Amino acid sequence: MGLHGGQFTTMRIPVETFHLDNGLFVTLSEDHTAPIVAVNLWYHVGSANEKAGRTGFAHLFEHMLFQGSAHVGSNEHFELIQRAGGTLNGSTWLERTNYFETVPSNELALALWLEADRMGELLPAMTQEKLDTQRDVVKNERRWSVDNQPYGTMLEKIQELVFPPTHPFQHSLIGSMEDLSAASLDDVAQFFATYYTPDNAVLSIAGDFDSIEARRLATEYFGPIPSGKARPSLPSMNLPPVFGTRLREVVPDNVSLPRLFMAFRSPVFGSEKYYAGSVAAAVLGMRRGSRLHRTLVRERQIAADAGAFTFDLAKGTDLLVVDVTARPETSATRLEDEVEREIDLIYREGVREPEVKRAIALIETDLVASLQSAGERADRLSMFATYFKRPELINEQADRYRSVTTQRVNDLISERFGEDNRASLLYVPKEGVESENILAAAVSAD
Amino acid sequence: MVASLRPKPGPSRSYRFPDFHDQVLPSGIRLVTAPVAKLPVVTVLVIVDAGSTNDPAGKEGAAALTAGTLLEGSERFDGAELAEKFEQLGTSVESGADWDSAFIKITALSAQLEEATKLLGEAISTPVFPEREVERAKSERLAEILQLETEPRGLADEKFSEFLYTQESRYSKPDEGSTESVSALSRKDVEEFFRSKYRAGSTTVIITGDISTNEARVLITHAFEKWALGSASARCLIAAARTTRKSIHIVDKPEASQSELRAGHVGLPRNHPDFFPTLVMNAVLGGLFGSRINLNLREAHGYTYGASSFYDWRRGPGPFVVSTAVQSEVTAPALREILLEIDRIRSERISDEELSLARDYLDGVFPIRYETTAAIASALATLVIYDLPADYYESYRKNIRSVSADAVLQAARSHLHPDELQTIVVGDARVIRDSVSELSAGDVHVHSS
Repeated sequence: MGLHGGQFTTMRIPVETFHLDNGLFVTLSEDHTAPIVAVNLWYHVGSANEKAGRTGFAHLFEHMLFQGSAHVGSNEHFELIQRAGGTLNGSTWLERTNYFETVPSNELALALWLEADRMGELLPAMTQEKLDTQRDVVKNERRWSVDNQPYGTMLEKIQELVFPPTHPFQHSLIGSMEDLSAASLDDVAQFFATYYTPDNAVLSIAGDFDSIEARRLATEYFGPIPSGKARPSLPSMNLPPVFGTRLREVVPDNVSLPRLFMAFRSPVFGSEKYYAGSVAAAVLGMRRGSRLHRTLVRERQIAADAGAFTFDLAKGTDLLVVDVTARPETSATRLEDEVEREIDLIYREGVREPEVKRAIALIETDLVASLQSAGERADRLSMFATYFKRPELINEQADRYRSVTTQRVNDLISERFGEDNRASLLYVPKEGVESENILAAAVSAD
Repeated sequence: MVASLRPKPGPSRSYRFPDFHDQVLPSGIRLVTAPVAKLPVVTVLVIVDAGSTNDPAGKEGAAALTAGTLLEGSERFDGAELAEKFEQLGTSVESGADWDSAFIKITALSAQLEEATKLLGEAISTPVFPEREVERAKSERLAEILQLETEPRGLADEKFSEFLYTQESRYSKPDEGSTESVSALSRKDVEEFFRSKYRAGSTTVIITGDISTNEARVLITHAFEKWALGSASARCLIAAARTTRKSIHIVDKPEASQSELRAGHVGLPRNHPDFFPTLVMNAVLGGLFGSRINLNLREAHGYTYGASSFYDWRRGPGPFVVSTAVQSEVTAPALREILLEIDRIRSERISDEELSLARDYLDGVFPIRYETTAAIASALATLVIYDLPADYYESYRKNIRSVSADAVLQAARSHLHPDELQTIVVGDARVIRDSVSELSAGDVHVHSS
């Protein structure tokens, strides 16, 4: 329409920050378009912080945070927020755990109070019975999302394949059934005391609130919570820029179609080079105009689908993953060969300027569209504050992407797309799974 | 340490669903605009009365294939060029068909909107449906169907529909078609479907975001100048149940660690007068995290990661379904709890606590649902597709708040039918067959997958 020419550079999210005496880092971003407000907490702890023999604990612990605290009953957190007309959830990742709610703006105090109550006084509410139930819930989550789901083991198989055995990112996030069984109330108490402290957390508030009032509430509710003691530091996460050798695992599984995940070690999230890696992933696999979709799905028609993404790991090194599913008539071997050939070609010849422009244009639109949501704004503020102590990075993302040149993408490709930096995880249909017709006969009562 | 007194809510700020303008252009295209100038972004959503219920008999999947290949070639550009042009503008077109309509959608930055919309109008007004691309889309759909064989969730949904509706009903077959019907579709079927259904009188363009109604009107009039005039004929929809006798179907998956469970019956059409009491009733039964079914199966018993119930609202009576995945060994006890919960909500009035939880949630969450231009466009599409009154969103919260416990009981008694319940379990028959037979939830039939 030409009415807003060049508006993107001027689109800025307001960002205010302050620290409480106990170390809690608070970020605020006001927007009064609708009477809603998002509250978001990031704890800087994830599966990477788990002890040996306790895989899955960070995530099980996230479930326990909805089981009540000193002044909140079991499941009451959910009930109070929904009663207030809010939405909420939590999630666990390799290096952080987040909890978030979006509520009508007149319920900001409730959301903050609930988060403060469980940060301050979780343990009085913990019981063996609650732990046992949530352990069963999480085991069912594992069955549902990993064991009984085609390609569901992808995340844990990739981690195992590409990280060395003692690396904190090497083990499963959802955890093994055995380790989940072993988790005790003592583990809950210890994990809480170590990691769920104000100095290991970021609180973000985005949306319709008054800055002075929000500061007052955050100080009143979170202020009395004592700081933590020294946390055990993670071992060094640094790794060489490439794997150094070809890595490959074939997984015969209960799947219908072969699917290849090819992972490359890539520059750590937030670094200058990360943005070139992120653009390279978009050139390769973002939407239908991407390189892999065009060649493998549209032109050669050997794939049913093709994509690429980055894990966005902020410690040590990141991963860039290419994900291609075969068409029914394409064998696993052919799938792997064709993807390999495409990557070889890109490695040899690089990518072209229009491909890079296309990728950046798509990334920009997604960025603006996602910032419409208060919950998204709060989550990104928390992320940048947790990883880099700089929530204002939320306003620099578009510029950082736009400054990525074709030359920088191609430098990244020469550095990271060689044969010494490819890890292939190839799923193939397990023979005979579908041929078992043991109970084919109807056994109806008639 | 932390203040022990729960904070009370402050005074609430009023909220109104974005103002929108509804007009019919001289061509017959209906244009609905909602100017929202929060961020420099705009969503254009085109909906055409060409959903899957319009599929000719034996050609199930024609609507989806048509919508899916609309952008695969126009008079001026081939499919690859179109994808490239849109994506250079920072947008990509999503298109598809659900039961009640076909949709074509872009979200673009304001600066690129004009060019992207003109390209969209031109492309979908003059699609050529190249043979090669139609065949490719068919193959991709066939690959998807094959994937379902090893994907228990999708398989359970599909089998549920199959066992729920009479074979004559379009709803009994997958919306994007089966292996048989898709294999038989041709380029000609697609072209015919397009010519007969994609017409101005059956088309609504919805534009939300950083644009005025006048700008939108000029833009759409221009971009859709080649859109075919006239209207499409109406279709006749059959949505009868396959049987009214309750029964259990086990789709056997030897060694499965979980059972995917679906239990339900034919529900209600979207414009049913009991929509609001039924919505509140379902929220209490299985619609919320704090609903009876989820608290029972997940939080009291630890049988599952989650359990829910919902009415799938369509123009015709879509399914009512309780959906969950439980550890194989507890399939029968989990199903028993579901049956008990359905009986309980039909036999006694829900508590004041439960009523207020459901009403306060549905009322309070209303503004949170419309944060993005895409969400506002989708809400306006609902108005158009189901022919809801213009003040539907304006009066939504009042309608929710006025549902009483008696109305909920009445809705449960009228619209839950435990005697007709069809239960589908995708799981290990050897482990679950005997125990579910003892539930008196109907005869048990075992099918190989």
